[in-house]
Amino acid sequence: MSDKLTAKDFATSQEVRWCPGCGDYAILKAVQKALADGGADPANTAFVSGIGCASRFPYYVETYGFHTIHGRAPAIATGLKLANPELDVWVVTGDGDSLSIGGNHVLHALRRNVGLKVLLFNNEIYGLTKGQYSPTSRIGTKSPSSPKGSVDTPISPGQFAMGCGAHFFARGVDTDKVGMSDVLQQAHAFVGTSFVEIFQNCIVYNEDVFADFTERKTAANTQLHLKHGEPMLFGENNSKGIRFNQATWSLEVIDATESVDDVLVHDEGNAIVARLLIDLHLPVAMGVIYRQPAVSFEDAFYAHHPSRMERKKSITDFIKGPSSWTVD
Amino acid sequence: MNRNNDLKSIVIRLAGDSGDGIQLMGSQFAVSTALAGADFATFPDYPAEIRAPLGTTFGVSAYQINLGSGPITTPGDAPEVLVAFNPAALKVSLPMLDKGALVVVNNDTFTARNLTKAGYDSDPREDGTLNDYQIVAADISHLNLESVKEFGLSKSEGGRCKNFYALGMLLWMFDRELPPVEAWIKRRMAGKPTMRDANIKALHSGHAFAETAELSANLSQINLPPADMEPGDYRSITGAEALALGLAAAAELADRSIMFCSYPITPASPLLHQLTRLAEMGVGTFQAEDEIAAICAAIGASYGGMIGVTSSSGPGIALKTEAMGLAVSAELPLVIVNWQRGGPSTGLPTKTEQSDLYQAVYGRNGDTPIPVLSASTSGECFEMAIEATRIALRHMTPVILLADGYLSNAAEPWRIPDMSGFEPIVSNPVPNTDDSPQRRAFTRDPASLGRAWVTPGMPGLMHRIGGLEKDIDSGHISYDPANHQRMTDLRAAKIDAVAEFIDDQAIEHGPDSGDLVVVGWGSTYGPVYQATRKTGVSFIHLRHLNPLPKNLGELLGRFEKVLVPEMNNGQLTTLLRANLCVEPVSFNKVTGQPFLIRELVDKIESLRGEAS
Repeated sequence: MSDKLTAKDFATSQEVRWCPGCGDYAILKAVQKALADGGADPANTAFVSGIGCASRFPYYVETYGFHTIHGRAPAIATGLKLANPELDVWVVTGDGDSLSIGGNHVLHALRRNVGLKVLLFNNEIYGLTKGQYSPTSRIGTKSPSSPKGSVDTPISPGQFAMGCGAHFFARGVDTDKVGMSDVLQQAHAFVGTSFVEIFQNCIVYNEDVFADFTERKTAANTQLHLKHGEPMLFGENNSKGIRFNQATWSLEVIDATESVDDVLVHDEGNAIVARLLIDLHLPVAMGVIYRQPAVSFEDAFYAHHPSRMERKKSITDFIKGPSSWTVD
Repeated sequence: MNRNNDLKSIVIRLAGDSGDGIQLMGSQFAVSTALAGADFATFPDYPAEIRAPLGTTFGVSAYQINLGSGPITTPGDAPEVLVAFNPAALKVSLPMLDKGALVVVNNDTFTARNLTKAGYDSDPREDGTLNDYQIVAADISHLNLESVKEFGLSKSEGGRCKNFYALGMLLWMFDRELPPVEAWIKRRMAGKPTMRDANIKALHSGHAFAETAELSANLSQINLPPADMEPGDYRSITGAEALALGLAAAAELADRSIMFCSYPITPASPLLHQLTRLAEMGVGTFQAEDEIAAICAAIGASYGGMIGVTSSSGPGIALKTEAMGLAVSAELPLVIVNWQRGGPSTGLPTKTEQSDLYQAVYGRNGDTPIPVLSASTSGECFEMAIEATRIALRHMTPVILLADGYLSNAAEPWRIPDMSGFEPIVSNPVPNTDDSPQRRAFTRDPASLGRAWVTPGMPGLMHRIGGLEKDIDSGHISYDPANHQRMTDLRAAKIDAVAEFIDDQAIEHGPDSGDLVVVGWGSTYGPVYQATRKTGVSFIHLRHLNPLPKNLGELLGRFEKVLVPEMNNGQLTTLLRANLCVEPVSFNKVTGQPFLIRELVDKIESLRGEAS
């Protein structure tokens, strides 16, 4: 690739068919930009998706793309990555696709640390099937399938990922260009499964469900953008910080205008703090919350394979078995 | 044995508790038999429980072998020699024997408690139950423990050698060599020298015990002539071994790697185990988190340019059906092996059946045709694995290969094929045109209708595939009504086109027209072969079940009656009736056990009686 590609080079001729105003448009732009900025080779990149609004994504990215079946994208992507570990494999999924019907495959991709970039578009609702509550919907969500409000406890994507043994968990907001760009670059660079939760606004069935922390005007006070090795500061002029309360084993907001001595410094490798950060609400933690490098599944698979999947022996070496005899 | 010393073949059944090492003893006996040049067929018949409660009838594990000068194609109807390690094994096996059979029992297990557990009110050795049989009652447990005393093993460790003690007795009875078994023990127990030496000692002691005739004169040596077999190199092979080798051979013929993705299930797991041993042929094995993930990973591997293969048994295949539809829609090659077992649901995990034919041919949403093949014998699993792969790559489609629980474990002598006799497996090239990559990926070979196999990583060919309907020309998503009709017709025509590439159906033996033909498929080959030979009736055996061979209708039309014996409730009968407008006579057996030759002979004779 001699000429550097731009975000536009990653757009296809296909008409994008999401609802006007859907958060997916912003995510698509951010991903196309991240691919260009990261120097991705379109021929060596594949997007694999399941079913749902988010899963239409591959049709709109000028790379290889496979729109599969409900919940199974991580399993198909695992087979693809094993067949060709050189590929840059992305999985695009929604909250129903990845945490309900496909929960098992996400679990196993994460614990194996397969080299997949998993983008979870979380809008806390089923969109494509017309608005039923999802596994991330809050208790009391009114929907066509729960007219009096849902009763099930929602799952936290971050806590789920940590419980599965994830090695990379990050968060972003669909319309936050700067934050998304950073998160996608880091996810792209990670060796293993990078699991990214993107707060995505479904303007038709669940509008503004994240408004309490995604409103631009108040975002400085409601979002905590994490940077490894830096103190956890937020608010106007970084006037507030996060402190670990040793008495209650919880995180709390403190005033940081005078001193940052008590403010926690973000350590991506700390799984305990990561779990506290995932549950933090107002501010809501964004960026790379947890990163713990480990060998990827495909690397381990090839390293343990006696011939690294090459054909070193022929059928004629094996066909006779441990003992054979001749009939004249 | 004093009744006849020049038999052409003999059926032996070994039976005991599932922890007695019966399967091991049987398979080692089969290997020593093979090396002596006999033809044989085996039938491992074991319970679903790994270590079922001791002494119970439902916990009995058995291994039946039919050996002789052949052709041997079944494990035999009625055992002529039974080795019963306990009263329960005797109770379960005795009804299978003909009068006069030789019964070897282990005296030490005939305790009051074991007799009760087996459901005997009195001791069968003393109450006349065994009057019609020749009995050899030996203190096998006790003699075995004495023989390994010098190794200082615990009672339970020492007891575990008794299968080799009994095997030693059998090897003497049939004049088989000890060294191959000895060599196997040395390999297998290399890390446990004491157990290794004890087992070898037990083997020799059992052999010596039989020879020195410390028991009744009934036990004299049986000499079987070697089989009259075609010249060539032979080995013993099970269906799982043959299928694994066949897949690896197919990969070599296609110059691709195999990625085998599966989830453990009885009786399919032996294929996974066998394939792990063929890694250096470019074979990868991935144990997925569930059946759905297994087929999906295989589809992903095919998408990536390897030959994706998955395998399971009926319940697991049921879980894979949605993904099969995806592979049909996306037009990716895939081999799906079904080791059928008794159903419905969990059914009879360790017993054989061929009741997944409807599932294979029809069991998907939408009009979703898939080629279906079946293997007839353990050895034939090799050729059918190659054929399945060939069809998958040529037509760019998933292919279902039906085998069954019996074939998975049954061993037979197999003439090792000359690999130069197999044509290379080719896939359709990517067209070198100015069309869009999307269109080029869906450019078809006019004869097979298979598309080009374009895989991620190929420069300049980026395109999108998926489970949504696509435009027949451009390959892009299309909800156009007329296009869906054309695509549905295309998918049907593509699978029909498979019939253009396969040989005409042949007759196995018998006249090519007449009053009766027997039509079989899958593992009923063995008993149907023997029954039709005995009765002189024509025999047709199918390997291609969807599509059927083009000449089959004409062929069957030459016979007055068509008899279809199946280990299901009449599934091939339905298929033949629907496709060829014939009206077969169905003969069904759904007991989890293979057909006996005499059951088929009786049926054939009763049909002939009706005709005359």
